[in-house]
Amino acid sequence: MAGSPRDGDARYGDKGMTDTLTPVLTANWDQPDSFTLAGYSRDGGYQALPKALAMQPDDVIAAVKESILRGRGGAGFPTGMKWSFIPQNDGKPHYLTVNADESEPGTCKDVPLMMANPHVLIEGIIITCYAIRASHAFIYVRGEVLHAVRRLQLAVAQAYEAGYIGKNILGSGFDLDVVVHAGAGAYICGEETALLTSLEGYRGLPRNRPPFPAVEGLYACPTVINNVESISSVPSIIANGGNWFAGLGTEKSKGYGIFSLSGHVQSPGQYEAPLGITLRELIGLAGGMLRPEHPIKFWTPGGSSTPLLTDEHLDIPLDFEGVAAAGSMLGTRALQIFDDTTCVLRAALRWTEFYQHESCGKCTPCREGSYWLVRTLERLEQGNGTEQDLETILDVGDNIIGRAFCALGDAVPVPISSAIKYFRDEIIQHQKQGGCPFDPAASTAWAV
Amino acid sequence: MPFGEETLTRLKADAAEITGRYPKARSALLPLLYLVQAEEGYVSDDGMAFCAEVLGITQTEVRGVASFYTMYKREPAAEYQIGVCINTTCAIMGGDQIYAELAEHIGGPDAAHGDGHSAANHGDIKSPDGKVAVERLECNAGCDYAPVVMVNWEFFDNQTPQSAKQLVDDLRAGRNVTPTRGPRHLCTWKQASRILAGFGDGQAADGPSAGHASLVGLKLAKERGWQAPPATETPATETKA
Repeated sequence: MAGSPRDGDARYGDKGMTDTLTPVLTANWDQPDSFTLAGYSRDGGYQALPKALAMQPDDVIAAVKESILRGRGGAGFPTGMKWSFIPQNDGKPHYLTVNADESEPGTCKDVPLMMANPHVLIEGIIITCYAIRASHAFIYVRGEVLHAVRRLQLAVAQAYEAGYIGKNILGSGFDLDVVVHAGAGAYICGEETALLTSLEGYRGLPRNRPPFPAVEGLYACPTVINNVESISSVPSIIANGGNWFAGLGTEKSKGYGIFSLSGHVQSPGQYEAPLGITLRELIGLAGGMLRPEHPIKFWTPGGSSTPLLTDEHLDIPLDFEGVAAAGSMLGTRALQIFDDTTCVLRAALRWTEFYQHESCGKCTPCREGSYWLVRTLERLEQGNGTEQDLETILDVGDNIIGRAFCALGDAVPVPISSAIKYFRDEIIQHQKQGGCPFDPAASTAWAV
Repeated sequence: MPFGEETLTRLKADAAEITGRYPKARSALLPLLYLVQAEEGYVSDDGMAFCAEVLGITQTEVRGVASFYTMYKREPAAEYQIGVCINTTCAIMGGDQIYAELAEHIGGPDAAHGDGHSAANHGDIKSPDGKVAVERLECNAGCDYAPVVMVNWEFFDNQTPQSAKQLVDDLRAGRNVTPTRGPRHLCTWKQASRILAGFGDGQAADGPSAGHASLVGLKLAKERGWQAPPATETPATETKA
């Protein structure tokens, strides 16, 4: 539970007394050299690595299990459990692939992390590879963020030079190579099996599961795929102990995470806090809504693939269970906030256009369904729709969910169905007045 | 036109370095496509033929991959490729207006009606001098800086229609522009492609560690004395004082 500022060590006596914000991954971002090896090391960086190398690999996995870290890329699968699925002594090479293809609309945490603190990711990669017995790691970073790519390249080069990557790391006998691999503009490659196909040099199409990547991943070998923030959390877990991490957060959602606020708030940006903080608290920290006379209307808890919520949900704990109980998903904690100047139909249409553009085309329901949803939503937004169109798009959506290979298909109808759930009257209003009742100019950052 | 002898020798050396990074050579296809794009400004038939030869696969296989990914241009790109994010948050915060005004500014009154959003670059709106082109982008992971404009994949944060038009004018006039979160000197489209092929330009240490929005939570925590709790156990590599 979050509270007010306190002083003295007493605040640490009870985990219920944790501070409202707990910078760990973001703690050094205000240092001008935070992205260099020297800057990272000055603040305690690379101290978890020798500790991990002195442990048995299985004990490293056990520590991450003890932390109850759940994947920070959206799905929330327990990280330590994922690692333990890698078969050992199977005679095959093992691989770690870091999913740095951050592209989910609203999600903007991994890019600043890689830009400001790439070495925490590198240290996490080395520890993870040691634990899962991998000697080759790939950072699959989206190509559209050139400076983050540069910073990763620099960090990898510096880590090689320091002997943290390469042969016989710190005299442990453990060898590791790390490759920065730039994607080429395809949202689908953030889906783990599409990412692997892309990394193998093909069109980024998802694969059926099973076999899961832990058994047959990259080059049909056992592969762990983790999000940037998940891997970056590993050094703090090893340095401070799994129970330290598990001491933060809520009953089933442990640890800290980066919450990304965007849209109509005074101070959009990154807020690192224990899981379970509420949006009301976060908006308060962000100085309130952008224009005080315009209250919040709808928001996404974790990107466009998580159902919209409204002002009724400001006090739900932002953890996996709390958001699920409200009918949505925690996702990537990408809190896109829209005030009452915003047309929900315009927002839903734009997200649907995104899914249509990014559907890889492999599965017919997703490829064709997203196309027809866009056409129908356009008609509705222009005021030429009918009430029957609402039933049609819900039906089309139901026929995509569960009928596509990957989660992109399941996400396509999400903005639409949640918009209809909360704002049916507003959508019908478009038809009644023959167009959109909102003025887009009133929603801009420069509107007065 | 096929690559000259000298170019080919240089490209082959780079290609060998790229394929050497991977346990299986085929994984090198995406960076190889960036390598040839860095040479010509786009992925040409000759560029694809080069990739096919390096990997021992067919040109059709290469084309199938190149056409899947939007970052490979299939026609000569401008020196500066300008992307306006039109995904929901940026669009609503003003990206739609920025795109419309920029398209008109660059391509004339009818330009904004093009879709500007195709898999290759058929939809790009190019300035008559070929110096700049504008396109619509999906979410570029800078939502806390909305509306975002990218130039050659560098961030220009918190844009307005006015600032975006100024940016275009500066680029066309050959004046230096500085990304919000990037190096002081903006590199060209070809140079950007080379970095994505894995060959750094030595500018990684330039520019800020983080932008202002990335730091809002940290600043607040410092002001209020908030921090993560201390370790619950003594790290094994240290002895307690």
